[in-house]
Amino acid sequence: MRLTGKILLHAILPLLFLPANAQDLDKMLEEAVGSATEYTMATFKSTRIINGHSIERTPASQLDFRISHRFGQLNTGAYNLWGLDQANIHFSLEYGITNWLMVGVGRGTYEKTYDGFAKFSLLRQSKGERNMPFSLSLLTCATYNTLKWNQEGSLKKWDRMSYVTQLLIARKFNEWFSLEINPTYVHRNLVATGNDPNDLFALGAGMRVKVSKRVALMAEYYYVTPRQHDYQGADTFDPLAIGVDIETGGHVFNIMLTNSLAMIEKGFIGETTGNIADGGIHLGFNILRVFTLK
Amino acid sequence: MVARTILMIILALPYMAFSQKLVSRNGHIWFYSHTPIEDIEAHNRQVVSILEPATGDIAFNLLIRSFEFRKALMQEHFNENFMESDKYPKSTFEGKITNLDKIDFKKDGTYTAEVAGNLTIHNVTRPLKVTGTIEVRGNLVTARAKFIATPQEYNITIPAVVEKNIAKEIEVTVEMPYSSN
Repeated sequence: MRLTGKILLHAILPLLFLPANAQDLDKMLEEAVGSATEYTMATFKSTRIINGHSIERTPASQLDFRISHRFGQLNTGAYNLWGLDQANIHFSLEYGITNWLMVGVGRGTYEKTYDGFAKFSLLRQSKGERNMPFSLSLLTCATYNTLKWNQEGSLKKWDRMSYVTQLLIARKFNEWFSLEINPTYVHRNLVATGNDPNDLFALGAGMRVKVSKRVALMAEYYYVTPRQHDYQGADTFDPLAIGVDIETGGHVFNIMLTNSLAMIEKGFIGETTGNIADGGIHLGFNILRVFTLK
Repeated sequence: MVARTILMIILALPYMAFSQKLVSRNGHIWFYSHTPIEDIEAHNRQVVSILEPATGDIAFNLLIRSFEFRKALMQEHFNENFMESDKYPKSTFEGKITNLDKIDFKKDGTYTAEVAGNLTIHNVTRPLKVTGTIEVRGNLVTARAKFIATPQEYNITIPAVVEKNIAKEIEVTVEMPYSSN
């Protein structure tokens, strides 16, 4: 009885310890690679959807140089070459401090504004050992308007500040389709009139539809509350943008049509005055150049 | 007593048979692309392989995602656009050492090894013949080889915009440390 047990043990033992044949390579690979958590990559192609941020961050030591441009409104007619005579620019340097924190500074023509932001990558969509159905990032921005003060009295420095906090929640459903939802809070320290609210709450949605290996269709929309408000006496509208992402080696080009002029959250969420129905549409582009600093 | 000895030998047989196998769990495969514009290299240090000295059978398995680039964006392009690693996560090689008679796995030394087999990349399987070396140092066996792979042959399309940055012929280097189990 004991002997039979021994024989069995010795016949089975080697099978447990040693790879029996080449098919075991798969199992070996799994062990070698360790925890088989697969993080989703390229939910969006860059850190912006069109005007607003995507959940993506620059990886550690990556520097992005971004130049964005919006022309004037199409409905300004032939005299303005349908907006092309007007130039409104925003450029920024953005850097990945770690794989979960990026920071950026920028400057825009729009209200001669300096801006800075930090984006924290809190959760990353993954499957396998660690299953996470979506990615979550937190964005905080501050902007400083440097326009000359032409009115009576003087303006305190703090009055020129605005702040934006955004939760970015996105899921890449498959290779072709990614969707993002952005609950947003905008606070402006000083506004022009009593009809311009200091605080705005908005819900943004953005998506990417990949049509080929390097081309994707992009769309972005923010539902802004309070619904009825104006910006310095002009009616405001919900910002909408549609665009095309074209990716080459180290560049991403983004060409879009949008009713917003500003390229910072505070501006396009709260101060979009382009009426699409009336041709209040801007042609624009973003160019991103990527540098790796290590 | 005799019966007992015979029994011992029978019991030891499975171990002897299996101990023939050489296994590598942390093999290193890297590739190098040189163009006047840019040099690109990527390393995979999680390659697994089994080598059977008795028969000369040799097999490799690796995950495309485990290739590490210096530039994160490049790694993303490699996975998303070129290799489509979501669809085709693995690359494998299965072959045989064809000059097994010239290699003595029991004696220290460096031997030239000729290997012929099938390499699968991006779901395309092509025959491959490689001449490499096998170095025997006691229990440690190290296999090394270098070969050229052409992306086009494996149905990997390189877009015109980066055509000049990526070599037509990619140099692949293999370095596998084996031990018996």
